[in-house]
Amino acid sequence: MTSKIKPLKSVNDFVIKFANVNGTGSASANKLFAKALFRMGLPVCPKNIFPSNIQGLPTWYEVRVSEKGYLGRRGGVDIMLSVNPQSMAQDIQEVEPGGYFIYDNTKPLDLRLIRNDVTIMGLPLTRICNEQYKDPRQRQLFKNVIYVGALAALLDIDFAVLTALVADQFKGKEKLVLPNIHALELGHQYAEENFDCPIGIRVKAADKVGDKILIDGNTALGLGALYGGASVVAWYPITPSTSVIEAFEKYAKRMRIDPGTGRKNYAIVQAEDELSAIGMVIGASWNGARSFTATSGPGLSLMSEFLGLAYFAEVPTVLFNVQRAGPSTGMPTRTQQSDILSAAYASHGDTKQVLLFPSTPKECFDFGALSFDLADRLQTPIILMSDLDLGMNDNMSEPLEWDDSKKYDRGKVLSADDLDNIEQFGRYVDVDGDAICYRTYPGTHPTKGAFFTRGSSRDELAVYTEKGEEYEQNMHRLLAKWETIKAYVPGPLIVSCGKDTDVAVLYFGTSEESSLEALDYLAEDGIYIDAMRIRAFPFNQDVEDFIDGHERVFVIEQNRDAQLRTLLMAEFELGPDKLKSVLCFDGTPISARNIRKQILNLLPANNVTPLYPDKVASGGGEQL
Amino acid sequence: MSYQIPEFRHPDLPVNELGLTKAAYEGSLSTLCAGCGHDSISGAVIMACHELSIPPHKIAKLSGIGCSSKSPAYFLGKSHGFNSVHGRMPSVATGAAMANRDLLYLGVSGDGDTASIGMGQFTHVIRRNLNMVYIVMNNGCYGLTKGQDSATADFGSASKKGDPNQFAAIDLAALSLQLGATFVARSFSGDKDQLVPLIKAAMTHRGFALIDVISPCVTFNNNQESTKSYEFVREHVEATGTIDFVPMKEEIKTKYAAGSTHEVTMHDGSVLRLHKMAKYLDPFSRTSAMRVLDEHRTKGDILTGLIYMNRNSQELHEVMQTSSRPLNELAEEDLCPGNRLLKNINAALR
Repeated sequence: MTSKIKPLKSVNDFVIKFANVNGTGSASANKLFAKALFRMGLPVCPKNIFPSNIQGLPTWYEVRVSEKGYLGRRGGVDIMLSVNPQSMAQDIQEVEPGGYFIYDNTKPLDLRLIRNDVTIMGLPLTRICNEQYKDPRQRQLFKNVIYVGALAALLDIDFAVLTALVADQFKGKEKLVLPNIHALELGHQYAEENFDCPIGIRVKAADKVGDKILIDGNTALGLGALYGGASVVAWYPITPSTSVIEAFEKYAKRMRIDPGTGRKNYAIVQAEDELSAIGMVIGASWNGARSFTATSGPGLSLMSEFLGLAYFAEVPTVLFNVQRAGPSTGMPTRTQQSDILSAAYASHGDTKQVLLFPSTPKECFDFGALSFDLADRLQTPIILMSDLDLGMNDNMSEPLEWDDSKKYDRGKVLSADDLDNIEQFGRYVDVDGDAICYRTYPGTHPTKGAFFTRGSSRDELAVYTEKGEEYEQNMHRLLAKWETIKAYVPGPLIVSCGKDTDVAVLYFGTSEESSLEALDYLAEDGIYIDAMRIRAFPFNQDVEDFIDGHERVFVIEQNRDAQLRTLLMAEFELGPDKLKSVLCFDGTPISARNIRKQILNLLPANNVTPLYPDKVASGGGEQL
Repeated sequence: MSYQIPEFRHPDLPVNELGLTKAAYEGSLSTLCAGCGHDSISGAVIMACHELSIPPHKIAKLSGIGCSSKSPAYFLGKSHGFNSVHGRMPSVATGAAMANRDLLYLGVSGDGDTASIGMGQFTHVIRRNLNMVYIVMNNGCYGLTKGQDSATADFGSASKKGDPNQFAAIDLAALSLQLGATFVARSFSGDKDQLVPLIKAAMTHRGFALIDVISPCVTFNNNQESTKSYEFVREHVEATGTIDFVPMKEEIKTKYAAGSTHEVTMHDGSVLRLHKMAKYLDPFSRTSAMRVLDEHRTKGDILTGLIYMNRNSQELHEVMQTSSRPLNELAEEDLCPGNRLLKNINAALR
């Protein structure tokens, strides 16, 4: 132990980061670590920071533990567990003063890297593995399990929880249980014998998790689609959306097989590209099946032409867009919220698309299922905007729940009987005055209700027209429908600070947890701020009222160009002074410390006397 | 020129098994140029559907963009239609066919829509063996943008205003064979006697059926220098044989000399009779079909008729083992697993 400043001390409140090599099996060991804390009743927030690579490049796994229940990124690292020589120099620099740096000391640490304000601890992982195992793959895999065992001793993790998890993980492959437990014990024993355990940072069982679950947003989204009744799935592989489809398929194989025939009550088509994927969704939805695709930025660009067709021809379409860092290929394995504008106005001509912004796995499930009701009811594309952070990381979430009495809303669809009982069917006639018209599925009636769907202009009876007034009338109706839509999409949620204030923040999606935590810090500084989470586009009146009700409004988002702010300004015709931006776009999830710092910088200086200036100085995601 | 299709029909017009006259299969008046080959193909579609006694509403017609893709408005007015985006009809058809396996899907496309912008989707819909009829109205040019060469224009062929084409032509029939299409035919818009039975055969085939129909563009590509003109095609066409489509309930009356006739029983029980078949072609052998197509192309001849058919074709729904009930008919009880199973999933995530 070399630290010359006081080592950090905390119970159930810290950030630990694992620095690994991609493709070495570290992910499952790291997940074991996070899940063990979760089972000890501790809120955890794991984040996988991984490269666009299958094997060999640096990869990180950050776990935040917070008994208070903060689930966003805090910023800063208290314990770094570094087993990747490639990134070691950078990794040690990231450790907070007073923090811990744990590394594989089979090879001595480069003297130039040594910091005397952190506690440096060596685990001879390679040496232990070389002594214990002959098989090279085992030597590599068990290295990870051994460090988890060592952490159990260093942080005082309940060893029985770990062994139970290993048993769960290898259910059906019992042969693997004992070797893994043995590896855990090797690490545990080494740490016990060589260090004063536990160290200053430790865990203690608590009861802060309740009935919550640990699930990634993509799995929840796949399940939402399954419960929402999707039966035709079309997709093209793209990170970070691929696991949405994988989850749908995994559960569909279990729960969507016809018991009588063994045949599938679903179809999944892997398309040749994203253009085709969205085309299939449109074809299936036009034909009366619930259908969706999942994609990410580049796919959204490719789907743009078809999204215009679905908007104009009014075909229900469900698209899950799991955002990643753009533009172009960008950083395919890093997170961002940077497709807001390209989704909101996707396609040429005058278009506006409905967006949903889930911020938790529970909302991925709920909004995922809701997308199908909305698409059918509103006869337009519904684009659910998740992101890599939400989609691919395990999040602590409320359990998923389905109301068995719920019926799907299939919207305005005429049956054969309906057609027999009306005078005339016109596909684009606004019968009810809500600008949503009646449609028919192909094959419904021998002589009535057929129409020609097209992307070219047509009159109310779906007959081709080039008459300006008929075209204009239709475009006005689509705008009127946009107003109708506002009543159907999820409204914003307000978190009032409970004090009289003229300062507010707006945020959406995965910025929520960090934003709320930052507001807690700011309240400690005596700065009180109201908050609103936007959950859908179009925005409704509540959003405008909230903005009008505050002097200064900060819009927190994870992109460079303040895209939500632009959208708010455009839709509400706000001047440039009203909304100020708090941004993070380095590809990592925005952190609470980063938000706090930016808000402090934006507030008039004389209002602010930070109580904890040190908090401002550190933390991840400070690219600005 | 009339802009309304007259409602009056001859009282003695023949009716089909459904009691419908041909009028029940017609669409709105064509807005294509007078003499356009595409209108003849529309006529053949109408005749084939009427003679097969298909309920019009059990057909879904889909197209992309271009002159050819406009034509679905001019036939089957009682069928739903979908005029999608340029080159993307196959994906819309795939989604539609996945949603409801009980309808007949008729895709109409052109040579620009298929062989250029839509080439990707065309090749993949063939690979998947989607249960559909895919008619290419092939005129070797982009009519709607005034006659530019398309990718099926033959090398050296020149359109009305153009220079001789300097690029190799894409042969959609040969390409389809290579990609594993299970029914490949070529025809000529001016040969209704051949085209109508081919459409019927394609409609009863289970799997992907391509009919590449040479359909001269009277306005931009019907000149002497063009290999897609009426005159050139008539002079160079060579049929693989004659095709008769005998519906399920009809007795087979005509007799042909043994050796040159094949009888194929289709899925619905109807019979396809191929007679006077050219000796050099075995229409059930892909290798033979590819060789013969190539030989004719090398000679500068246009081989028409049924070129290849796989009698054991497995269409996409069969491959994917999807429900025999159309997916669009499934309701909550079939689709939603319910909260009890969700509770189990939650428990496994703790």
